[in-house]
Amino acid sequence: MTLFLSYLINGISLGSVYAIIALGYTMVYGIAKMLNFAHGDVIMVGAYISFCAMQYLGLPAIVCILMSMAVCTILGILIEGLAYKPLRQAPSLAVLITAIGVSYFLQNMALLIWGSNPKSFASVVRVGSLSLFQGKLLISGETIVTVLANIVIMIALTLFTGKTKVGKAMRAVSEDKGAAELMGINVNATISMTFAIGSALAAIAGVLLCSAYPTLQPTTGSMPGIKAFTAAVFGGIGSIPGAMIGGILLGVIEILGKAYISTELGDAFVFAVLIVVLLVKPTGLLGKKVHEKV
Amino acid sequence: MKKLSKSTVSNIITYGIVIIAFIICQAMLSAGAMTRSLRGQLIPICVYIVMAVSLNLTVGVSGELSLGHAGFMSVGAFSGIVASAWLASAFHLENTVVRLILSMIIGGIFAGFAGVIIGIPVLRLQGDYLAIVTLAFGEIIRNVLNCLYISVDGRALHIAFSNPNIPGTVILNGPAGAVGVSKIATFPMAFALILFTLMVVLNLIHSRSGRAIMAIRDSRIAAESVGINITKYKMMAFVTSAVLAGMAGSLYGLNYSTVTASKFKFDTSILVLVFVVLGGIGNIRGSIIAAALLTVLPELLRAFSDYRMLIYAIVLILVMLATNSPVIRSMFDRMTYRRRPGLPEEKQKGGAAE
Repeated sequence: MTLFLSYLINGISLGSVYAIIALGYTMVYGIAKMLNFAHGDVIMVGAYISFCAMQYLGLPAIVCILMSMAVCTILGILIEGLAYKPLRQAPSLAVLITAIGVSYFLQNMALLIWGSNPKSFASVVRVGSLSLFQGKLLISGETIVTVLANIVIMIALTLFTGKTKVGKAMRAVSEDKGAAELMGINVNATISMTFAIGSALAAIAGVLLCSAYPTLQPTTGSMPGIKAFTAAVFGGIGSIPGAMIGGILLGVIEILGKAYISTELGDAFVFAVLIVVLLVKPTGLLGKKVHEKV
Repeated sequence: MKKLSKSTVSNIITYGIVIIAFIICQAMLSAGAMTRSLRGQLIPICVYIVMAVSLNLTVGVSGELSLGHAGFMSVGAFSGIVASAWLASAFHLENTVVRLILSMIIGGIFAGFAGVIIGIPVLRLQGDYLAIVTLAFGEIIRNVLNCLYISVDGRALHIAFSNPNIPGTVILNGPAGAVGVSKIATFPMAFALILFTLMVVLNLIHSRSGRAIMAIRDSRIAAESVGINITKYKMMAFVTSAVLAGMAGSLYGLNYSTVTASKFKFDTSILVLVFVVLGGIGNIRGSIIAAALLTVLPELLRAFSDYRMLIYAIVLILVMLATNSPVIRSMFDRMTYRRRPGLPEEKQKGGAAE
């Protein structure tokens, strides 16, 4: 029983990281209607920045995280402005390929700067681990911080999109760009803002991911990126609570599948569940059903 | 003499380009004017051309964004490798050409079978959801192949799952991939496969079925309302594409002595998709040229050593920005409009949902 609980908690922890990444995917998709495949690599950049800040500058953990958030935010805005903004009117496949180009670019840039040797990432978490049931169940500090961060981010984002002016503008733009523009909303600035928030979240996710799984290399971000994308689709792409639920479910399924079914087939299991969900509910768990008009 | 129709002329040009390229390559090979690295690239180039043309059938002609094309390639590669080893062991088939052809056919059949299994659920979905499910299938296939152990023992074929202890000569060794493959792929056969692919795809596009497929892409509802069977035609395009990818995969697998499933990752699917998009969605000739050029490009950029993939990425972004900027676009359209009246601007929208 305690073994199952510990798997479950590990799953929730991994799932929380997926959820934070998936939030970035889903917000960008909701507003710009594009699959930002470079998102996974922003995670990697965030982790590297934090790694450098800690290793070479010896900064305290919180400063490292803030620094990587700042760098990723700027990176996100730059990517959006340089690569995606000129393609606002272009067919979505062109934007997709550009995003893949950006992803290659970031990976190879990281390869040139930091080399291909995996770096061992020192955890930024300073919280001690929690021991339950006379030490039978050990919850690591990383897990606690990840889950807490996830909850805080979720609440903050819900409040942000629901209550603030900028958040409302975001929802308006994702609903109808043209009408939002007529209401005096600066669409371009809103989209940039979305990318900024998504990238800052990616930085947090990168640091948390590498704290739990401490090998860092230029391809670190791609698989979590794909999984988080899957999580976003799983929960219904474009929906913020959907991304959260999708991410956590995906993490739990992955860890439990790896533990009880087959280690090698863990990923296959995740994707199989995704397919089943999409077949039953083609727009994801919380996705809105869009009726086709003739 | 009867005047040739525009599509026939266009097809002849496409075949002509491929045949001339083949003759030039053969001439260079016999003259010894080709560098070693380029010689090694010849078969992969042909394989990627077939992959790009077949993916173009799904993405361009049928308008479904597929991110799992490499999955079919890997099914074809591994079933082709197993078939080749089995044919050699069970029937002492020494003639490599016959064995290669049979292996390619078997690879194609298996990939087509995978295409049917995947197509039935996948084609119910649309747009980005379809993309993510094909991606998921590609990953599942790769994961399953990593756990598969197959060996051949005389006429018997031993298949095991997650259990490396099987009798006979091991062909598929789980995560280590296929080992000890006899390299029977040849450049002329690769060329023949390109011609076969072109024949299948071009004939399909210009047939009644092809027009039905394109009608579905342009407007699903309108096509349905004039009585076109949506599922049937979508499946036709998807499975044909899978079969061709499987054949290309067999050829690719039989070109190396060891092949691992990690060669057919998500990145490979993306690579082929890049060929299709850069060559022009729905434009078969464009796919061929893009696949050939972009496979050679990293080789040509070898002088930049560490920077070559970076340059590749920058080139990719710049090309996408340039071809989609309104100014250049209108100039390009004016130049090519007369030559491609069958390709209105709408066609470029195929693929991911708007």
